[in-house]
Order: sequence, then structure tokens, then C-alpha cells
Amino acid sequence: MSHATTDTMARHWELEPHHHPDGASTSLGFWVYLMSDCLMFAVLFAVYGVLGTSFAAGPGPKDLFDLELVAVNTAMLLLSSITFGFAMLAMGKGDQRGTLRWLAVTLFFGLCFLAIELYEFHHLIHIGAGPQRSGFLSAFFTLVGTHGLHVTFGSIWLVTLMVQITRTGLIPANQRRMVCLSMFWHFLDVIWIGVFTFVYLLGMI
Amino acid sequence: MSADHTHAAHHDDHGHDHGSYSSYIKGFLLSVILTAIPFGLVMAGGFESRALTAVTVIGFAVVQILVHMVYFLHMNGKQEEGWTMLSTIFTVVVVVILLAGSLWVMYHMNTNMMPQMDHELTQGFGS
Repeated sequence: MSHATTDTMARHWELEPHHHPDGASTSLGFWVYLMSDCLMFAVLFAVYGVLGTSFAAGPGPKDLFDLELVAVNTAMLLLSSITFGFAMLAMGKGDQRGTLRWLAVTLFFGLCFLAIELYEFHHLIHIGAGPQRSGFLSAFFTLVGTHGLHVTFGSIWLVTLMVQITRTGLIPANQRRMVCLSMFWHFLDVIWIGVFTFVYLLGMI
Repeated sequence: MSADHTHAAHHDDHGHDHGSYSSYIKGFLLSVILTAIPFGLVMAGGFESRALTAVTVIGFAVVQILVHMVYFLHMNGKQEEGWTMLSTIFTVVVVVILLAGSLWVMYHMNTNMMPQMDHELTQGFGS
């Protein structure tokens, strides 16, 4: 590239690197990651949409799903979302103990969600409706299982963050981590809205 | 440096809105209502028309996703100079194309390749 071009560019665009405070673009970067995760879930939803009626003469949603259990599960995830919100508010006030307490409550609800989901999976596999039974069940286990895996890793992250906050307090780095994890956690709740609507509710109509 | 000051600095740097107690409660109550109604509807057996029930349930889901975006994820057009909103809109467009396209194409594949059409197809390929 010639000098002339560079000069022209310099007049129109700023070529000098900006100084950004440490981690200033972290939340946008994390949001872009969440959006790419959203695309992955969209693919799994599309797979479920295509395979969701391929029962291979096996059981269908109405034979398998228990809406009351799903309602309890949804309540767990929703409660964990609001308690994470309270943890963020406690962090905003600089209340370290309050933050840790609300994170612990969030973890509790997250683990309840996972326990109920594992119970459901175990029950399905036990009655012979495992992922290998039909296209519908393969797609179901992949979609719901991927969401469950996300919640599992979110819970591990939650424990890690609680340890970090206990050790170093609510330093800016930990606040940044809290912002990212809160986005991750609320994002998983948004995905769950899609799961309970498209998989469970529409399957039971 | 007090914790409050740290937070204020953080607030300015990132343009973040951690929301308020009342906004979280409002979002939570809206979510509970928007979850309970479709669950209640389906558990009670739904409307006469299955399609109407399905459309209603999906409608509630869309509204609830928007509620979560606004009250829990604090989405607005100003966050990160609009890049958060822009990346979200881009993702939504891709997701809609992906879902609608996959379902449309696969539905037509299924209806046009039903077993009763095998005869024609084999003839077509065989000749």
C-alpha cells in the first residue's frame, strides 16, 4: 500500500489504536459468543423440528412427557434467573456477602433444575425411550441435553466465581466475570423458553 | 477506592445497566404470568383448534423472550454503541432463515418423497 493511500486513510479514519480500559470490550465479545451459541441451538431446534415427528413406531411426546415436571423445572430456572439478578444488584451495592449468598441460591436452583432433568432422562432411558429409540428421541436428547450441559458448565463457572469472589473480593475483574456469567445464565433461560414451548408444550397439544 | 466508586467507574466504562430491584421483580412477574398461561392452556387441553393453541403458545414464548431480553439481559439500542443490538438483530435474521429454510425444505422433501411415490422415482432414476 502506497504512502498516499495511507495518508488518505488517515484523514478519514483513525489509524492510531485507541486506549481502551482493561476488559472494556469483554461484554460485547461475550455477547457475540452467546449469539453464536444461539445459532448452534437454532440448528438443534431445526433438527428437532425436522425429526420431531419421526417416532419409528415408538413412543411420542404425549406418551413420554410429564408437563407438571417440566413446569417445576421451568420454575427452577426462572427462580435462578431472578436470584442471579439479585446477586448483580448486591454486587452493584458492593455487598460481597449478599452477592455470595444470592449466587449460592442461584446455584441451588440451577442444581435442582439439573437434578430434575437427569431424573427425566433416567426415567426415559429406563422405560426404553433412550436416544437410540427413534429420530424424535435422538433429536430430543441432543437438544435438551445440550441445554443441560450448558447449565452444568454454568454451575461449574458459578462455583469458580464464588471461590474467586471469596478470595479477592468484588474487584473489577470479578465484576466483569459476574456480568458475563449473568448474561450466560439469563441466555440459558431464554433458550429454555424455546425448549419448553417447542418441545414440551407443542408436543403435548 | 470504595466499592461504590468501583461500580460507578465500571458503569461508565462499559455502559452497562445492571437493572434495578423493581425492574427484576417486574420482569420476573411478567415471566411467571407468560409461562403459567401457556402451561395452563396446554394442561387444560387447549382450544378446539390445535393450530390456534400452537399459535397462542408460540406467541406467549416470543413475548416472554422479549421480556427476558429487556428486564434480565437489559437490552437496549444504546448498549455498546448499538453493537449489541446489531449483533442480536443479525443473529435473529440468521436464525429465522435457518429455521424457516430447514423446515420448509425438509417438509417438501418428506411430502414429495413419500413411499407411494417410490415407483415413479425409481422409474425416473432407472431410465
